[in-house]
Parts: sequence; C-alpha cells; structure tokens
Amino acid sequence: MTAPAQPTPQPLIGLRRATVRFGSTVALQTIDLTLHRGERLALVGSNGSGKTTLLRLLHGLLPGDGERRAHALQPEAREPVGAMLFQRPFLLRLPVHWNVRVGLWLRGVPRDQHDGRCRDALERVGLSRLAQRPARDLSGGQQQRLALARAWALQPDILYLDEPTASLDPSAKREVEALIAEVAADGITLVMSTHNLGQAKRLASRVVCLEAGRLLADLSVDRFFGGGELPHAARQFLKGELAWNT
Amino acid sequence: MRLRAHLDLDIPCRRARHPTVSVLSESLGTAAALLAQGDRTLWHTVALSLQVSGSACLLGAGFGIALGAALAAYRFAGQRALVLLLNTLLALPSVVVGLMVYLLLSRQGPLGSLGILFTPTAMVIAQSVLVVPLIAALTRRLLLSALAEGGDQLRSLGAGPGQAALLLLVHERFGLLTVLLTAFGRAIAEVGAVMIVGGNIDGVTRVMTTSIALETSKGDLPLALALGFVLLAVVGLINALIGLLQWRGARAPAEAMA
Repeated sequence: MTAPAQPTPQPLIGLRRATVRFGSTVALQTIDLTLHRGERLALVGSNGSGKTTLLRLLHGLLPGDGERRAHALQPEAREPVGAMLFQRPFLLRLPVHWNVRVGLWLRGVPRDQHDGRCRDALERVGLSRLAQRPARDLSGGQQQRLALARAWALQPDILYLDEPTASLDPSAKREVEALIAEVAADGITLVMSTHNLGQAKRLASRVVCLEAGRLLADLSVDRFFGGGELPHAARQFLKGELAWNT
Repeated sequence: MRLRAHLDLDIPCRRARHPTVSVLSESLGTAAALLAQGDRTLWHTVALSLQVSGSACLLGAGFGIALGAALAAYRFAGQRALVLLLNTLLALPSVVVGLMVYLLLSRQGPLGSLGILFTPTAMVIAQSVLVVPLIAALTRRLLLSALAEGGDQLRSLGAGPGQAALLLLVHERFGLLTVLLTAFGRAIAEVGAVMIVGGNIDGVTRVMTTSIALETSKGDLPLALALGFVLLAVVGLINALIGLLQWRGARAPAEAMA
C-alpha cells in the first residue's frame, strides 16, 4: 500500500481570533492565521502595526486571548521546534562558542552532541575562527551571524526572524540575508517581520500585511506585490514603502 | 614626644591640641608610621577585620544573591511587599542588627547554647545579616536590567526563570563583583554590630572600627583618625587588586585571540 500524497500543506501553528493587549492598548486584534510547513512568511506593516507582537505570539513568547495551536509534525509526530532571531541579538558576556552551547543546554540537547552542533553552526555562519573570542567584541553583522548560529544549532523546524537586518550596514545585511536564504533552502519554515519590502520579495513565499493590529492582507508573494488584490490600506502602504525599499 | 598607643605601638606624635588641619596632618603621619612599623597587633587587628567582613560577605552573598535573583526572575504573591521590606532594610542600623544578634546568641537567647557570643563567629553572623539586604537589593536591580535586555531572548531559547537568572548572573559577573565590594565596604566600615556581639576584646574580637571607637572615646583623635586612614588604605588596596583582576578578566579572552 502506498502512502497517500499530501494534498494540502501541513499546518504547524494556527491562530484563531488571537488578540493581544498591553494594558489598554490592543496590539493585535482577532487575528486568524495558519503557518504551514516549509513556508517563508513575511510580516510587513508600518511601525506599531503589530508585526513583532504577531511574531512573538506565533513563537509562544506572548500570552494572548483566542487560540494558539501548535500542530504535531508529520511523520515525526512531535511538536515543531521554534527558534527566534531578534533585531538586536542578546549575547552573553562569554566566548562565542559558549553562546551557542548555552542554547543547546537550555533546549536539553544531549551533552555529547554539543561539540558537533556548535562546530557545525559556527562553521556555517563563518565564525569558526572566532569561537574563543568574547561574543560582545564582535561587529554587529558578526553578532547577528552568531545569533543565527545559536538558533540554527537548535535544528529548529520554524525560524522566527524579527527584523534581522534592520540595524546592520548594507554589507552585513547582504551576508545575513544570504545566510537566511541558505537556512530557508534547507526546508526550515521561516517567519520574518521586516520593513524592507525588497527583502520580503526576495525571501518570502507569502506576505501578511498588518495595520494597527489588524490583518489587512494575507497573500502569496507574487499576488501581494502584483498589487491587484490588495485592500486600499495595504496598497497605500506598499506604494509608500516601495519607493524606498527596492 | 612618643605615644604608647593602645595598639602597643611606638608612634611619633604631637599632642592633639591643634586645629583640625594639624590633627589631620598628624593623623596621616601616624597612619604612615603605623604601616611602616608593621606592628603585629595592628596587622592582627587588620587581618581580623578583613577575615570577619570577608566571611560575612561570602555568607551574605549566598543568601543575598539567591534572594535578589528570585525576586527579579520569579513572580509570586507578596513579591511587592517583600521588595518594599527589602528596600526598607537597606536603612537598617548596624546597632539594631547587633542587638538582634546579641539577643539571639546571649545565654538566655534561642541560640545561646552555641556559646559563640563575643567571638569572631558572632561578628560574622551580625555583619552577614547587615549585608544580605544590600546584596539582595543590588542583585535584584542588576538582574532586572539584564532581564529587560535579554530576558525574552533567553526565554525564546527555552530558559525558565531560574535558568535565565543563573545565566544573567554569569553575564553580569563583573557587576556582581561590584555589588560584593559595596557590601564588603558596608561590613568593614560598621562598628555598632561588631561592638555589641564581639565585645571589642583585645586580641580576640577587636577590629579596626572598634579600635577607632575606643581611641575616640579615650580622646586620642589623631590615633583614631590614623587607624581610619589605615583601614581605608587596606580596603583601597583590596579594591585596586579586584579592579585589576576585573580588567585582566575582561581583556584575557581578546588577548588569547591575538
């Protein structure tokens, strides 16, 4: 008997009527969203639109009203592992390799795998030579690469990226973007918040546009940048941003 | 004229019937002479001061760091009240601590059977009680700042509150050393608690601050001030050594790379 072909993409994380409040401020309002395996989802929108909040909610870092459901991976039959890359990575005042090992320790990775995973991750981001150096002495681009190595060493199924290149110079931005594309090519599901629509166009397969905590559009990258199906507010956002971010 | 000091030292000294400036300059000279003569009694007193306050800080650090970390990392009922109490205890007078420990350790007290009143151990306990609120409050503040910077990222890596606090204590180890130095400064400079529970017994529980208090009560202000300068010089030297270690510690990994 042959296995049936998968007709639809596999859901990983589902949000139903998700709402997040910070005091009296509603940061996200009744969001319905399903993240599928292998997707590269870009969250776009102006400042304060709720991109980072949605990213954190998907990752499970924030409590919220409504429903957040993590679906078991098939055929692995386990919950997806997530890792997050922040705009300004927080690195401990320890050598580079310890920053990767700490992540492995926190995730309960068996100790005999630490050396190998740490070495592979640092090699992948080109930081092997700097393994003994204090992490905080690295440049901004190197620090972001180290944060990517720390996340990648966890062998995540979903990688959340919160404006990962926003504070980098153009050269470091290109380096980190290339690494993200490489990670995506491995089949890891990506969710990325970004102001950079050019980056969204290059890296994403699906785009979600937010405004004031509401979901304006949820389209494939081609349809989003085609612009034809966009609601007025999303079209205005696209029009305003594309002039600066090509 | 030569003064036979309480500490059994031969110190060249003029009588203290001078204006303030003269007393200060005389005290500085006396302090230099005390250090230069290397008297055993003086060094024994200095060593006991360092030993008592150092031990008190280590003991207080065990409780204070754990308490401060717990208050920073965990959320629980009554936390605000505990923080308020802790901050209030920062103003705890050392004499009150001395009295409380005295009542605990005196013959009729609940711990009287230990027989440690008027011993250096009692002084260590009293100073520990004194520094725990200080260490806890400063550790909490240090960790709250660190958690604001990196708490979310550690949680995203899977850290629970305890693990995050532990990692951030390692991360802020140089800041923590400054906290301990502050506590050490508070302990070694206090006189009320050690006077009450130690009794200022010559050669047994006499430390620098109780010696200073004694000389002041005897009216020998230049010698009292001189002992104060000696105390400051010793603590200053320790601070400088720890500062050097911090500096070397911060530089060492970078140098290893070069």
